[in-house]
Amino acid sequence: MREKAEVTRFEELALPHMEAAYNLARWLTGNNHDAEDVVQESYLRALKFFASFRGENGKPWLLTIVRNTCYTWLRRNRMNEITTDLEEEVQLADTTSVSPEAMLLAAARTESVQRALEELPVEFREIVILRELEGLSYKEIAEIAAIPVGTVMSRLARARARLQKLLSEPGLAEVRA
Amino acid sequence: MICRESQELIHGYVDGELDLVRNLEMERHLHECAACAGTHERIQRMRSAVTANAPYFRPPAGLEHRLRTRLRANAETKPVAPRFLGRWQWTGIAATILIAVLSVTVMTSRRTGGELAQEVAASHVRSLMAAHLTDVPSSDRHTVKPWFNGKLDFSPPVGDFPDRGFALVGGRLDYLASRPVAALVYQRRKHVINLFVWPASGQSDSAVQQSDHQGYHLLHWTKSGMTYWAASDLNSAELWELVSLVNGLS
Repeated sequence: MREKAEVTRFEELALPHMEAAYNLARWLTGNNHDAEDVVQESYLRALKFFASFRGENGKPWLLTIVRNTCYTWLRRNRMNEITTDLEEEVQLADTTSVSPEAMLLAAARTESVQRALEELPVEFREIVILRELEGLSYKEIAEIAAIPVGTVMSRLARARARLQKLLSEPGLAEVRA
Repeated sequence: MICRESQELIHGYVDGELDLVRNLEMERHLHECAACAGTHERIQRMRSAVTANAPYFRPPAGLEHRLRTRLRANAETKPVAPRFLGRWQWTGIAATILIAVLSVTVMTSRRTGGELAQEVAASHVRSLMAAHLTDVPSSDRHTVKPWFNGKLDFSPPVGDFPDRGFALVGGRLDYLASRPVAALVYQRRKHVINLFVWPASGQSDSAVQQSDHQGYHLLHWTKSGMTYWAASDLNSAELWELVSLVNGLS
């Protein structure tokens, strides 16, 4: 039987990161209901693993579990969203022709930014969320996504090139609130 | 710096993930090159648009309460077994990640026909990219040396020579010559020096050999049962000074 004291210590470590956990789950599952399920499942799994947690920083540790739980959910429910040939797509989109004005027009709208992020493959989207919304370092993101630090940088490069392109497409700029 | 390098590193630059030397090189390049400066501006504008406008989804009211309830129910009913299983699953995940990381390292190092000098130079360059320079950032050799305990099957000699202009910045585990090695990081002015150390498997002391790879100076020698490789863009005369300081330790 797990001791109550252990659960209390776990709560102190993990509950402060509930917002980050929910935000990541919401971006990866795409809806509120499944995001909450994933967060609850993640916390129960995290409690199981808590005895082996030796680090000081609970946030990347917890987000690793949230991210893995999201992928389990995606494999079960949205298999088509998991990209298998990411590494083949090395050519960067040419963004030099994008006018900053056209981009800003679209980017100034919350719904067009949200839609552009949702259009990213999930493997790119998670990196952007962890970097731009959570402000995590490459090293922390590498730990969470189980990829080398160099891959974090190259995925960010490709994700940002895509975002620039998506945010400068006329269709997005004309979205009305 | 040329544009191709700049395009590789520009994201590390905007994210503040480059080391000091690369950061300064990037700044200089952006002053000189209008095309890269344009790329930089577009990235920054896009980033600020995303951070300003992307929704941050807040958890629904009551989620914290529901979590606490489920966690506590778990405390009162769960037997010990799943915890044991959980720990092993976790170990399995960690092992898989470790194997993946190691195989990537081995693959990159074999690319050039196994030439160790090339491997050392590549490892030096990799360490300068992103926040990868040290695992244990400390200028205290009494912190750095014990850090390697349990991570390596040998104990590298660790010295700090601030009076002689070589300050210890930290240590890192690396993988060279198909084995884990100690990487000690020193700084002289703005130059970073990686000193790789591992046991010399029965070789006797050897004189220092110098070679140059990708614009970096490499010094290689064997002393008191340890193999040393020093890599840096520091001029070689000064790099030789570090050799005598390190050899003075053993």
